[in-house]
Amino acid sequence: MSERVLDIALTVNGEPIAERVEARKTLVDFLREDLGLTGSHVGCEHGVCGACTVRVNGTIVRACLMLAVQCDGGRVETIEGLSDSGELADLQAAFEQRNALQCGYCTPGMLTAAQDLLKRAGVPSREDIRAHMSGNYCRCTGYHAIVDAIESVAQARSSSSFRGASTASEPGIQKRALDSGSGASRRPGMTGESR
Amino acid sequence: MKPAPFAYARARTVDEAVALLGEKDAKLLAGGQSLIASLNMRLSAPALLIDINGLGGLDGIAKKGDMIEIGALTRHASAERSDMLAQHAPLIARAMPHIGHVAIRNRGTLGGSIALADPAAELPACLLTLGGEIEVSGPKGRRSVKADDFFKGLFETALGPQDMVTAIRVPAADKDTRTGFAELARRHGDYAIVGLAASAKADGKNLKDVRLAFFGVGATPVRTKKSEAALAGGDVEAAVTALDLDPPDDVQATGAAKRHLAGVLLRRVAKQLMEAR
Amino acid sequence: MKITDDSPPVLSALDRPNSYIGRSVPRPNLHRLTQGRGQYVSDVTLPRMTHVAYLRSPHAHAKIASIDAAAAKKAPGVVAVVTGAELAQVMTPWVGVLTHLKGLKSAPQPPIAVDRACWQGEAVCAVVARTRAQAEDACELIEVNYQPLPAVTDAETALRPETPVIHPSLGDNLCFERKLDVGKVDDAFKEADAVVEATFVTGRHTGVTTEPRAIVADWNEGEQRLTVYQGTQAPHMMQNLFAKHLDLAEHQVRVITKDVGGSFGIKVHTYADEMATAALSKLLRRPVKFVADRIESFVTDIHARDHRIKAKIGVKKDGTISAFEIDDLTGIGPYSVYPRTSGIEANQVVNLVGGPYTCTNYRASARVVFQNKNVMCQYRAVGHPIAVAVTEGLVELAAAKIGMDPLEIRRRNLFSDEGYPAQSAAGLKFEKLSHHESLAHLDTMMNYAALRAEQKKLRVQGIYRGIGFASFIEVTNPSAAFYGVGGAKISSQEGATIKLDAQGSIVVAIGVSEQGQGAEAVIAQVAATSFGVPIERVRVIMGDTDNTPYGGGTWASRAAGIGGEAAWQAGKALRGNVLSGAGAMLQAKPETLDIRNGVVVDAATGTERLPLEELARVAYFRPDTLPAGVQAELMATRHYVPRAWPFAFTNGIQASYLEVDVDTGFVKLLRHWCVEDCGTIINPQLVDEQIRGGVVQGIGAALYEQCLYDERGQMLNGNMADYLVPMAAEMPDIECGHVVSPTADSELGAKGAGEAGTAGAPASVMNAINDALRPLRAQPLTDMPFTPDKILKALGKIA
Repeated sequence: MSERVLDIALTVNGEPIAERVEARKTLVDFLREDLGLTGSHVGCEHGVCGACTVRVNGTIVRACLMLAVQCDGGRVETIEGLSDSGELADLQAAFEQRNALQCGYCTPGMLTAAQDLLKRAGVPSREDIRAHMSGNYCRCTGYHAIVDAIESVAQARSSSSFRGASTASEPGIQKRALDSGSGASRRPGMTGESR
Repeated sequence: MKPAPFAYARARTVDEAVALLGEKDAKLLAGGQSLIASLNMRLSAPALLIDINGLGGLDGIAKKGDMIEIGALTRHASAERSDMLAQHAPLIARAMPHIGHVAIRNRGTLGGSIALADPAAELPACLLTLGGEIEVSGPKGRRSVKADDFFKGLFETALGPQDMVTAIRVPAADKDTRTGFAELARRHGDYAIVGLAASAKADGKNLKDVRLAFFGVGATPVRTKKSEAALAGGDVEAAVTALDLDPPDDVQATGAAKRHLAGVLLRRVAKQLMEAR
Repeated sequence: MKITDDSPPVLSALDRPNSYIGRSVPRPNLHRLTQGRGQYVSDVTLPRMTHVAYLRSPHAHAKIASIDAAAAKKAPGVVAVVTGAELAQVMTPWVGVLTHLKGLKSAPQPPIAVDRACWQGEAVCAVVARTRAQAEDACELIEVNYQPLPAVTDAETALRPETPVIHPSLGDNLCFERKLDVGKVDDAFKEADAVVEATFVTGRHTGVTTEPRAIVADWNEGEQRLTVYQGTQAPHMMQNLFAKHLDLAEHQVRVITKDVGGSFGIKVHTYADEMATAALSKLLRRPVKFVADRIESFVTDIHARDHRIKAKIGVKKDGTISAFEIDDLTGIGPYSVYPRTSGIEANQVVNLVGGPYTCTNYRASARVVFQNKNVMCQYRAVGHPIAVAVTEGLVELAAAKIGMDPLEIRRRNLFSDEGYPAQSAAGLKFEKLSHHESLAHLDTMMNYAALRAEQKKLRVQGIYRGIGFASFIEVTNPSAAFYGVGGAKISSQEGATIKLDAQGSIVVAIGVSEQGQGAEAVIAQVAATSFGVPIERVRVIMGDTDNTPYGGGTWASRAAGIGGEAAWQAGKALRGNVLSGAGAMLQAKPETLDIRNGVVVDAATGTERLPLEELARVAYFRPDTLPAGVQAELMATRHYVPRAWPFAFTNGIQASYLEVDVDTGFVKLLRHWCVEDCGTIINPQLVDEQIRGGVVQGIGAALYEQCLYDERGQMLNGNMADYLVPMAAEMPDIECGHVVSPTADSELGAKGAGEAGTAGAPASVMNAINDALRPLRAQPLTDMPFTPDKILKALGKIA
């Protein structure tokens, strides 16, 4: 009943995949090594830097903190798929125009995380954007350009009544996300005192 | 690093998970946000990982009488979005956005957080403050453990080697419930340097049943009963003076700084407690 | 919103029609990066490739008595287990010294430790296996018999007679020492109206590149050639070093650098584990891949900036600075890093303290000592963040002491914008700087007076905000004075080859390389402008020693200034060649023609005469139709090295505006400004983004980052949860402004801009914190990083 090596079947970027994989192999290593999808990157393997951010069953996750075997029967979307489907086209264009990437290593994770924010209703403030993106490490840009790029896309999408692919807006998250950014200046380092 | 090799099994029922835990060096895999990180660093090398993500019926949030029951497999992200928690367990709702980052919350579970009992984690302190209880399933069936009795030491809980958390329960808030939450972290989403989860009941213009649980200050979340009494008596400064915490130094802050910061948080949270819901 | 539009060309001496100089053209290589289709070394796979995992010493200092690898050799997937002694048969050790740093000494360093491990994390054995996981599994089966030795872990006591000497052959633990004494320092201090002393500590920290170090080494036994895929900033330097230490000819080695996931100087150095990987490939005759994981990165990537500086400034009542004095102590690792040496950072500190100011009295003493900790070497802005923190910290403390505004004291002491060339007390030669204009620009940009008023108003409410500044000079475009003179085979010159293809596009091959700063874009812009084609018709080839001219690579902010000039000259030369051929074909004088927008035109009228595709078609496929004696040379190579100035100094000034929560000691960064003069700006957006990224790295040093060691030499926080790097939520928006003082040492006039942000940010944040806390009579903070603990202590809130 328990195995060190298992057969898994899942879809990756819409493509049905059947592979035999060691139980200990993380999702990001599986994508990179077994499927050659090297767009998802490994930066820390402790779930801090976000370079491995992908979508599993519609939600963003750290692919270094999931095992490939956990995705059996699941649906994985990586930067290659999100890119080819056109879902990220406006974000990619904005990042490129604004030079919101330098070495590009954090970029797939940044784009995937940014898209997650922008799928929610409302236009996030710069502070909201920074808070949402706070789990993605960039050493090159200092984040300012990334915030600019995401902000510009958020504004463009809302003004053209664009709705992100598939998911309906999530009022609970939207409300809290906007609340956390609004109002009086937050004391340095201090979180939690709100409402 | 890459994890050391292990065997992997998917449990289909709680009983099956419990039985598999009887094997040598077995660990449960729920959210995996802490476990897999430790496997990746080879800080932990179990022989068997039991994946419980497929267990049905463990991820609901429901009001049961005057308690709110949260299934152990409830993802942090679901809890964050839950109107039920926002209304009936506001302290937990307040704590949720502080847990890591979005991608972590999409996978991490409340049961996992409680079972791991990281001293800097938010949920164990919330449970302690609310006087909640943890439903534990083991070889001898289910039992309920009070939060006061659950957190025993550094990453040490009342869970036996073959036990698993299946639900947590907290008293539902009523119109007199007051809650307060604050934590100090160097960066958004980091584990807290020190944090405070507080609850009380409004008593006219005053407070009663004040409960203060600090986290990040010792091996487990810590109730500061003398401060609770002082705060119930309406004296914030006395509550601060009465704080009997002795936090150890760690890489982020000295014990002295933590002790001081605990006092600062107490003053700020006291204000929150005074606010009407 | 702030997306920078492509701005119209700025008229200048460089003005060519359809010029790209001064335009924020998006980089040509970005699509593949946003699509996740980059090619980082960690992505490279080759047939029969193996993976190496290094077993690393857990001790800071220990004899390696024995290594029992019998069980490891039999583990699943293992191809070989190799010790330092075995690898020494294949690869020679190296010594990181430069002759122009007089007295600099270091011991030979092997690729894998042989008898002794000298820092926690040093590799003691290599396991090569089919997968990294299998290699790590086998590492756990190796038994190493260590005999721990006393570890030297305190720079302050490293030179005491009772402290063990790490390398007895060197005699002591002193790596390098430098002294400087100019002017009349003692008299100047006597005559000063106020003297301020402070001890500055810049905490040891490291790069934390998002992509860890990675290398794939492929020795082909049949070809007798080594191909190395490496994320290095200096491909030709590494080509030379692999050849040297593997006893090969340079042409037997090819270094290929494609996409690099961040470097900042971390990947410009020679690493024992990377050299070992190349040696293993040669030994095993198959490709070997090494990717440092994050945990091993923290104990092997070079650390930097571990300095304690006792400093003193003398100032007159009227604000005139009369003297600077410093005593710098820095503790490096057990070896000076090769080949750039670990003496350069301290040497820079001595050179740069007081740099922006006219003060002529300066005394400095610097000592670099060995320790049993991770090695230390050049990291972005080398030495500048330290020198600027000391200088600007002292200047603002002095200003406070005499009750003068911090911008005013600078106005009274900065080198005048006229009267260049000039020379600093330390002997630095300045061609032309713009300290005053930059300061005035900053003053306006940030609306300084309004911020002071706001600060005053909020103080009354118990809110403590601070404004801090940092003026600075920055070394860019180094000549051979930096490394070459010291005997290192590090090229200060750069070469660019441009060829016209059969369709009228150009291909530019150049020795500088890209790590994300936009070197590829800048070179494309320069070549397109210089030659005369739209930028879409330019392809740039970098990062391949087989296919680019011999060059130095990208470091010390040299890609735009030096690489750019080589490309500019090559573009001009090729244009000349093309017009020569066009002249023959059109029977016109070449000097009456020009190339614009990809077409040979009449220079005076702009009338199109001959498309480039047509010229190329004739030259390549129908040379029979050309007049006798005419041979088209549709390829040109030019090299460039700065000769007039050892370095092209840039200057700038930064300001930080922040709020200190005096209850918690937490700092909230509200805004940051930088005015930078880097000479001719080729791509304004890229320059601004380099500044922003650099500023945030400097903020990391000021507030968050420190490699913590215990007295046994164990690194305590070598992971990303405990070592704090700046993340998005805590960083401010950063506003950039510019002044332009081109260098006359090149036609482009471009200096460098990559490091300025990091040079000045820590000082400005430090000064802002002290400015915020001054009314509370807090002890000035000069010990980085400024954690809540330190701020609370300074405020007297904790003991």
